[in-house]
Amino acid sequence: MHELQITESILGVVLRHAAQHDVRKVVRIHLRVGELSDLVDEWIQHYFDYLSRGTPAEGAQLAIVRSPIVVRCAACGRSFEVDKDDLGAVACPDCAGSRLELVSGRGYFIENMEVL
Amino acid sequence: MSDEVRLIDVKEDIQADNARVAEQVRERMTAGKTFLLNLMSAPGSGKTRTILRTIEELRGGLRFGVMEADIDSKVDAELIAAHGISAVQLRTGGFCHLDASMVTQGLDALDLGSLDVVIIENVGNLVCPAEFDTGAVRNVMILSVPEGDDKPLKYPLMFSVSDVLLINKIDYLGLSDFDVAAARERARRLNPRIEIFEISAKTGEGVDAWAAWLGSQVRGFLDG
Repeated sequence: MHELQITESILGVVLRHAAQHDVRKVVRIHLRVGELSDLVDEWIQHYFDYLSRGTPAEGAQLAIVRSPIVVRCAACGRSFEVDKDDLGAVACPDCAGSRLELVSGRGYFIENMEVL
Repeated sequence: MSDEVRLIDVKEDIQADNARVAEQVRERMTAGKTFLLNLMSAPGSGKTRTILRTIEELRGGLRFGVMEADIDSKVDAELIAAHGISAVQLRTGGFCHLDASMVTQGLDALDLGSLDVVIIENVGNLVCPAEFDTGAVRNVMILSVPEGDDKPLKYPLMFSVSDVLLINKIDYLGLSDFDVAAARERARRLNPRIEIFEISAKTGEGVDAWAAWLGSQVRGFLDG
């Protein structure tokens, strides 16, 4: 639901790096997005296409990789990956503990970009 | 320039700017000794009434201000102000959440020197506000009985980032199949440290325990 603001931030970072590196055209942007983020990939691309018109990033493809949700068992400390749909329903594989703290699976990170 | 594709390393967190502003908000509030609380929930869960009840309980000893965020209206701020409480209305203009820059604008509009606590009433939404650090010291969320006890399964991030869960509208329990024990268990599975209070902002039931907890947190912050 907040794709627009996130996409504006992505474009801002991309254009800053493009200016620093004398870029004519941005071809592809590699993004890592936490599995817990409710953003829809297609909508990020739509917003990006709209916002980037007339900039060197116009037409760039967003290659989005989802980073997994990792939780830590509050009882034994074991960390493990969880599917989004299983959150709140899984137990620790070692001790069967059900109190799990979120370690990672949030956020938006630009890894790198392919440019001309 | 060649036509060869080059790879530029970026390695940047998109939310780094917001995180930096949120940290500035926390430093400002710590220096100025005002406790900032971020209240989040779905629309219609009773945020405004919960704020009024909470302030009513603690008003004797603490001075409150409220920051109301709505996409486009000021009815909540008017209601708060009608109770003699400092209020500022932020219109997010379509944004589904508050970020730290918007909170900074709201804080600028309040007389912070005369306030011990500022409560942010975030935009009614269980998704987006969970992703944006406002700079608050504590995140509090409301789940009201009519929404159902399955919400932790549907909106896990909100439950993961909240320090407190208020189960509101417990006066509806008799009319509902809401299972309080199941809601508690689901929330704790996502967030073992979450504090849970059952309240009715309408009747006032349970508000004293929650308000006592909040009062002790605020005093700890002000004395710290």
